[in-house]
Amino acid sequence: MSISFSNLEKVLTYLPMLLQGLEVTVLLSLMTVLFGFVIAFTLALMLLSDVRPFRRLAKVRNGSPARLKRLEFISRFNPLRLIAGIYVQFVRCTPMLVQIFLIYYIVFGFIQLPKFTFFGFIQFERFFPGIVALSLNSGGYMSDVIRGGIEGVDQGQTEAARSLGMSKGQTMFHIIIPQAVKNILPAVANEFVTIIKESSVCYTIGVQDIMFNVKSIQSASFIIAEPLLMATFLYFCLCFPTSKIIQYFERRMRASDQR
Amino acid sequence: MTSDNVLIKVRGLKKHYNGGTIRALDGIDIDINKGDVMVVIGPSGSGKSTFLRSLNLLEEPTDGSIDVEGQIITEGKIDLDKFRQKMGMVFQHFNLFPHKTILENLTIAPIIVKKEDKAAAEKRAMELLARVGLEDRASAYPVQLSGGQKQRVAIVRALCMNPDVMLFDEPTSALDPEMVGEVLEVMKDLAKAGMTMVCVTHEMGFAREVGNRVVFMEDGKIVEQGSPDKIFNHPESDRLKDFLAKVL
Repeated sequence: MSISFSNLEKVLTYLPMLLQGLEVTVLLSLMTVLFGFVIAFTLALMLLSDVRPFRRLAKVRNGSPARLKRLEFISRFNPLRLIAGIYVQFVRCTPMLVQIFLIYYIVFGFIQLPKFTFFGFIQFERFFPGIVALSLNSGGYMSDVIRGGIEGVDQGQTEAARSLGMSKGQTMFHIIIPQAVKNILPAVANEFVTIIKESSVCYTIGVQDIMFNVKSIQSASFIIAEPLLMATFLYFCLCFPTSKIIQYFERRMRASDQR
Repeated sequence: MTSDNVLIKVRGLKKHYNGGTIRALDGIDIDINKGDVMVVIGPSGSGKSTFLRSLNLLEEPTDGSIDVEGQIITEGKIDLDKFRQKMGMVFQHFNLFPHKTILENLTIAPIIVKKEDKAAAEKRAMELLARVGLEDRASAYPVQLSGGQKQRVAIVRALCMNPDVMLFDEPTSALDPEMVGEVLEVMKDLAKAGMTMVCVTHEMGFAREVGNRVVFMEDGKIVEQGSPDKIFNHPESDRLKDFLAKVL
């Protein structure tokens, strides 16, 4: 295999295809960050929840120490946290590629999506499962970040708010979350960079992103290397400035901490 | 004192950790009367703070009952948020909300919990703030205030909810020595105004001068209690004598 300028020139005639792919990749990533964040936030609240249906068992006083210990263990059982925990582990411990196939072939094998195109060329019935799979994945990863950000707010803040008579929800909404956002934002922004790169697996289910168009150009022109190099360049141009912008804001935020 | 003067009735209060191996509170019985300024003293780890935090259920007791104004709060049937409005609390580390201005710190609870009118809440907050001499810092953020100023704001924040009782959890322990006085001054004024107060503190001077009852705790139990004169000048138990010898 060789890389030549004449090949590069030929491939450049396909540039509009790659730029269309770029559009899809950006759209895919933006939507994923948005939905992923919603999923992650829900999961984080589930992980932090204090729903304990058997909490009364901890009040039992009679019985052997072993039995009391067992009852105490059961009293701590929290179904919401269990579900969220299993979900997060599933996302972390299975490959992204497998997840995307599961969603596309199995979940959306049962659920029929309407077939139409939007923005002129994006096929909804492929684009949508792609977003779902990416969001579910990134939501799983981000949930831990958000949970950490919320837990990172000083416990005294909760105590102060609750001692003033605020409910759990009011405390969360008015006191904890505004402070947690500062802890969370940099990690969420970094997740955005990760998603841009991860979204490339979506070509396997026919979402017309950058990689999908690389494949198309390769099979139309029988040139292998040059389209890949151009895709590499495009991904880099997306991710590098994004992460630099994030760094800039991170530094500014840290500065405002030391007022 | 008659019994209908009792504001908080604590009976057999226990807080155990690790299935009873650690006993932070081990059977506390005490009545807190209206207008009392009760000072709780004792070595660290004696359960003073746990006791105080149990009074508004920041700490969930393992056993025992707390009766506040005829409501038994430990049974889990009351509206905890409603009940906590009646109990102001001041913390060792102030716990002001750093993302809100001083004025917002003071008005957030009245506005969102009591649904007070914003203007009315602000007017009242400014009056109280003026009483502690900080009305010119209303638009500042907590980080711009000194420790003593923060604690005065924290006291005002609790007062803005019009509480029946004020709980103080070592309010001066995190302060530089030269700032202790200004906070104690505010607490003194509050006591003079007739507020019922429970203070956990290491300020023996304050206990002697302002308190009308002093409670000495050790190992999760009340060892001795009485008037400041009795506790400081005529201690009975060896443990209290021991403690006073160390701190005075």
